[in-house]
Amino acid sequence: MTAHLPILQVVLPLMAAPLCLLIRNGPATRYLAIGVAWTSLWIACQLLGQVVAEGPISYMLGGWVAPFGIEYRIDAVNAYLLVIVTMIASVVLPFGVDRIPLTVPAGKEYLYNAAFLLCICGLLGISITGDIFNVFVFLEISSLASYTLISLGKGRRALRAAFSYLVMGTVGGTFFLIGVGLLYQATGTLNMADLAERLPASFGARSVVVSFAFLTVGIGIKLAVFPLHQWLPNAYSHAPARVSAFLAATATKVSFYLLLRVFFGIFGVTYVFGTLRAQNLLIPLSLLAMFVGSVAAINQTNIKRLLAYSSIAQIGYMTLGLSMASVDGLTGGIVHLFNHALMKGGLFLVVACVGYRLGSDRVEDWSGVGRRMPWTMAAFVVGGLSLIGVPGTVGFVSKWYLVLGAINRGWTLVAPLILLSSLLAVVYVWRIIEIAWFRQAPAGAKREEAPLSMLVPTWVLIGATLYFGFHTDLTVGVARQAAQALLGGTP
Amino acid sequence: MSGLDPLAGVDSANGRRDPMRMQEKLVLRIVSKATVPFILLFALYVQFHGDFGPGGGFQAGVIFAAGLILYGVIFGLDMLERVAPPRVVEFGIALGILIYGGVGVVSLFLGHGDAPAGNFLDYNGLAHDPVHGQHLGILLVELGVGITVTAAMLAIFYMFAGRRMVERPEFGAPEEDQP
Repeated sequence: MTAHLPILQVVLPLMAAPLCLLIRNGPATRYLAIGVAWTSLWIACQLLGQVVAEGPISYMLGGWVAPFGIEYRIDAVNAYLLVIVTMIASVVLPFGVDRIPLTVPAGKEYLYNAAFLLCICGLLGISITGDIFNVFVFLEISSLASYTLISLGKGRRALRAAFSYLVMGTVGGTFFLIGVGLLYQATGTLNMADLAERLPASFGARSVVVSFAFLTVGIGIKLAVFPLHQWLPNAYSHAPARVSAFLAATATKVSFYLLLRVFFGIFGVTYVFGTLRAQNLLIPLSLLAMFVGSVAAINQTNIKRLLAYSSIAQIGYMTLGLSMASVDGLTGGIVHLFNHALMKGGLFLVVACVGYRLGSDRVEDWSGVGRRMPWTMAAFVVGGLSLIGVPGTVGFVSKWYLVLGAINRGWTLVAPLILLSSLLAVVYVWRIIEIAWFRQAPAGAKREEAPLSMLVPTWVLIGATLYFGFHTDLTVGVARQAAQALLGGTP
Repeated sequence: MSGLDPLAGVDSANGRRDPMRMQEKLVLRIVSKATVPFILLFALYVQFHGDFGPGGGFQAGVIFAAGLILYGVIFGLDMLERVAPPRVVEFGIALGILIYGGVGVVSLFLGHGDAPAGNFLDYNGLAHDPVHGQHLGILLVELGVGITVTAAMLAIFYMFAGRRMVERPEFGAPEEDQP
């Protein structure tokens, strides 16, 4: 059965979703979803092992040969991403499994679990497929499921956030589809590897340049790259706790992967960075994202919004690594993809823990919460340090490679800017830590830690940020292999 | 009050709903009664024509659902819910996907020719002869698509047609929502 692992990776959550509709029982579907997530994690680890040992895997759907049928193609880049998505899902789904009151009526919980499984399926599908139209299909599956999930947040503002995400996401999806259509018109193929071979013949055509622009902007909206990020803070801050942790850790990462794939896997590094000189646009935008996102984060009064704006800044680091188009820069970008998933997922879970006890996401309500929930807030401190990039945490590893990449490129101005924006992260992280640990708790507040079913998943992610901060061989090793594969070197 | 008809007239003088319902309008009733069976038949034609020519599960599902929705618009939501209960509709959404995916999963276990097992959605192994296998595979997959699309269209119609003014305390102000 190992030969069929690539398809099972996607089909398992896809088939579990309608099963939820048949089971119609909240708790049963909840545990089904957890089981599916864990099995998917196992499959993803198997695939990553195979890819690292034996090179790329190719799977033909329906037995149709590659450029004609749909091909699932797994190399170091997407095997890495599959592990991230399934790992976050495996940690987030059991989070507070019997504690978190859902905003959906109890009788409708199975629908929520079905939507969650579909979202996982879509994200895995985008990562695994080697067919660019298939990417669009999975993009729609994951997007539609995430609109639903976000709208289940508390209050009417969740509906509005979901709707504005829907509008922006649909624009992004449509732009992506237009780009794919133009590519198909120019080359007559939809298979990514085949596209990469045939495209150079039509690089002179205007439609190829236009398609590049549509694809970049379309993915840019999904990725929430500055200045297309307006939907993100609302969507993350009004979504239910588990959903914001999952989406913050995975959705933008998958979009970043897609951008990598389109830039390096389809158009090729010489065309994108040599002929079109995309870095002239990407570098300023990445730097702006780093600073605008961080400054906006400093000014937030809601912690979920603060983390969301910080995500925009972190996405800036990733696109900066991408625009370096060197092994070091790309390694930094790809490692940061993994690291940011860990720390942002962990931090959103901390917010969910505190929200469960305090019922508030507002910064001023957090005063003295460090005394009341020491373990939870210790997790916040570690995650925050990682966000800043303190040595010993994963944040340091990715920033190290980014600075290294900038220096090797001879961008002497960019390297200090990376450090400067880290200082901004110090400001917004310290603000929370100061309020949580050094202010007095309101009178009558007693010590009450978050329940274990919430604390353990939180610490799994936060502990991973420490573990991978010291043991960089696995993450950096695979990321370097991925970067070399993308740049066309031998993996 | 029986099912709400989205198209039912509103008496402009006092703002109340016109007591005359759609099914009391003779022409509408007769014409729709006469056409609904043909719409459903045409949907089945498109469904089974799908593996040889233009058409297929998606179009057939939409046409089939359109026939049912026409029936619902004219004779009321209650009557339509007797034909297609919401529980059955929800079951149909899941069933269609399961048929589609099930065909794919089954083909993982069925070999053909020299191959001990096919890939996902490899229809060749579904029958003794690969050509028959392809026929059967497409037929089943399109059937799954048709069922899911029909059910999804009806579910969307139920969502909109079943909306009533309700108080939702957690939102403060009254708003339109499903009961």
